[in-house]
Amino acid sequence: MATFDGYPRESGPAGVRNYVAVIPISVTASPVAEAVADRTAENVSATPHQMGTDPPEAAREQVERTLSGVARNPNVGAALVVSLGTETVDADAVADAAAAAGRAVETLSIRETGGTAAAVDEGTELARDLHAEIADLRREERDASELVFGVECGGSDATSGIAANPAVGAACDRLIRDGGTATFSETPEFIGAEHVLAERCVDEAVRERLLERVKRREATAELMDVDLRGAQPSPGNQEGGLTTIEEKSLGAISKGGTTPVRGIVDYAERLPVGGGLVLMDTPGYDIESVVGKVAGGAQVVAFTTGRGSTTGNPLAPVIKVTGNPKTADRLAANMDVDASGVIDGEPIDSVGERIYRTLLDVASGERTAAERRQLEEFAVNELQPNELAELRGDA
Amino acid sequence: MKGAVLGDAGLHMAAQDNVVTAIDDLDAGTEIPYDDRTVELAEAIPFGHKVALVPLEPGDAVMKYGETIGEAVEPIAPGEWVHTHNCESRRGRGDRTADREAA
Repeated sequence: MATFDGYPRESGPAGVRNYVAVIPISVTASPVAEAVADRTAENVSATPHQMGTDPPEAAREQVERTLSGVARNPNVGAALVVSLGTETVDADAVADAAAAAGRAVETLSIRETGGTAAAVDEGTELARDLHAEIADLRREERDASELVFGVECGGSDATSGIAANPAVGAACDRLIRDGGTATFSETPEFIGAEHVLAERCVDEAVRERLLERVKRREATAELMDVDLRGAQPSPGNQEGGLTTIEEKSLGAISKGGTTPVRGIVDYAERLPVGGGLVLMDTPGYDIESVVGKVAGGAQVVAFTTGRGSTTGNPLAPVIKVTGNPKTADRLAANMDVDASGVIDGEPIDSVGERIYRTLLDVASGERTAAERRQLEEFAVNELQPNELAELRGDA
Repeated sequence: MKGAVLGDAGLHMAAQDNVVTAIDDLDAGTEIPYDDRTVELAEAIPFGHKVALVPLEPGDAVMKYGETIGEAVEPIAPGEWVHTHNCESRRGRGDRTADREAA
């Protein structure tokens, strides 16, 4: 039986980290959240972002859903929600999400406190108190079936689809065999490979929903009378040998492994625990896509790269995997798993086993390269005007 | 690794593929054994890039992973580099939607 040492939670699966999350409601509250995290303990972590105080309704709803999901992620032991006090995103709703999951939570309004300096002082006190509340919690042995594993790829090249992605996919297959959940996203990178995924859907409803989501992302390009070629594959992907979006997608989907597709959820929507392979409908931008999965409940992320990527996340450890021998060499200090041996004949399954072991070790507290270097990128997906129009039913 | 390595130079991922992926920086003239023939590289091919194994005409499907990854937009001879200059996507083509509506 595969296990890891995690932090038990009052409800839901165990955490792999035990953070006080300092969550700003808007861009205005972000500097205060960052200052509070800087002034307190190492495991007080802020999630600064760029969302405004009064976004359009569909965007507001998405920001609230994302921040609520982040607040109840299993890695969050306690949450401090920081607002300016005028935002339409409801700070109390975000705080309630954490409280409903049994986490200690406080809110802080910059307006009510009397400005940013006073808010930083007050927030620092609150964060220290929250930290004191959770600092004594100890890890205990938990079943691997409690893990929700998010997989992502970025800076892809031809090695991604040949080595790193199928190897991470083999790790997903192992976790799912052991009862866990694996999830991958980036719907634009299903284009040209959706027929392969559709065949693996467990039922007609999932299949229809998947195809509808892919069609919507493809239509975004068509609505604008442009083709995807400028952006997908990106100029960097093209330099790495990827010619078309179909080629990129066929390589990208292998990072989810080979098991049936059990569902597809919205950006930042809650992922099932013990749910097998579940997709999330997200844009292709890595940072936003990772945050969507962390908001959905992923405790650990694996991130494959060919050309190189160094990014992490403030709340979930990100395991970096490369199949490109040059990147494995040049960015060795930022990589956790070298999958480039696949090119020279190392079996994908043996690299998959190494990645699965790394996942369990990281879940038990081993720090990733991104964590050691405090790389903690965070961004919430902002709905674009054409997406808002479609959600309103104008398009 | 899925597929077969041809001549220690190119990865042929599925039997029906008409391109191979260079697994090293390959020089022009490198020979890749394929189907009782030898495909000689017409130009240098960087690591990770693709080489045609068979003659391709405009409109022909380019196959990798056993799937269509796009179509040839000009004649491509065996041993030539296959990339954005001679192979295009069939998907996400808003530019073609505009053409269709104009037609």
